[in-house]
Amino acid sequence: MTLVLYRIDDRLIHGQVVVGWGQPLDIGFIVLVDDAVAASDWEQELYRMAVPPEMDVYFHSAGDALTALGKYRGDPRAGILLTGDIATMQRLVDGGAIDAVNIGGIHSRAGRTQKARYVFLAPDEESALRALAARGATITAQDVPGARPVPLADLLAGTEL
Amino acid sequence: MSNAANDKLEPRVVVTPRAIVAGHGDFAFGLVSAVEQITGRGGQLIPLSIKDLTVADIEKLLHDKLLSANVRVIFTDLQAGSCTMASRRILRGMDDAVLVAGANLPTLLDFVFADARSAPDAARHAAERGRAAISVHGAGA
Repeated sequence: MTLVLYRIDDRLIHGQVVVGWGQPLDIGFIVLVDDAVAASDWEQELYRMAVPPEMDVYFHSAGDALTALGKYRGDPRAGILLTGDIATMQRLVDGGAIDAVNIGGIHSRAGRTQKARYVFLAPDEESALRALAARGATITAQDVPGARPVPLADLLAGTEL
Repeated sequence: MSNAANDKLEPRVVVTPRAIVAGHGDFAFGLVSAVEQITGRGGQLIPLSIKDLTVADIEKLLHDKLLSANVRVIFTDLQAGSCTMASRRILRGMDDAVLVAGANLPTLLDFVFADARSAPDAARHAAERGRAAISVHGAGA
């Protein structure tokens, strides 16, 4: 197998990831790419304790994740790569030949506009997603496997509201 | 009915909150509603929903409620859930506080009846009761 899902989710590892996607995809590992988590042993331990014992979690900063992608793509298990924001995923797409990105959850905060039940975007984030799509990556919003994948154009148009 | 029996059955409505219940969807409100229906003691529990909140907002919500209600116990639904993660961050360094992840109805029922214990002690006891309350019947079980 390989990395089967590249997901942007500001909650990082949580129920939807571990159970919602993890079980049907038979996920064996999660690659969590986040500068703050990568710099904190305590945060890493927190996330490790959130996954079942048979699931591994690997931590990387945005800077060193690119060089590690090849190793994870060669892993015989299925894996999920997670970032907490669009900018981090953009760095990986720019350098890592990622052809599909899942928007799993970007929640409300000042300056963002609601685009779907679980997606709120600021204007610069909309631009970043368009740039990802322009590089050839297929961008869809989908919180759980049973939900309909929402194409980026529909998401930005707000048709899911 | 004797007076003693009446005294024993006299409702002892405890309305002082002793714990927060938080989880996905309407988990918390559903469980607290069930506790209230069964025991009349749902007022001990503060249900919180985290729908559509960021991690930072979840932490703030839990932290603010913990302080404003002056409680030291949080029940959550799932070990990997956002509420559990946020609670663990909040309770870091709070030696007098308890988090119970994976709470179920038997857990909360035991907790609300253990009002003679401190809330953290009651939570630990309730967690064991909740763990032991799961049974399987039928199909050769």
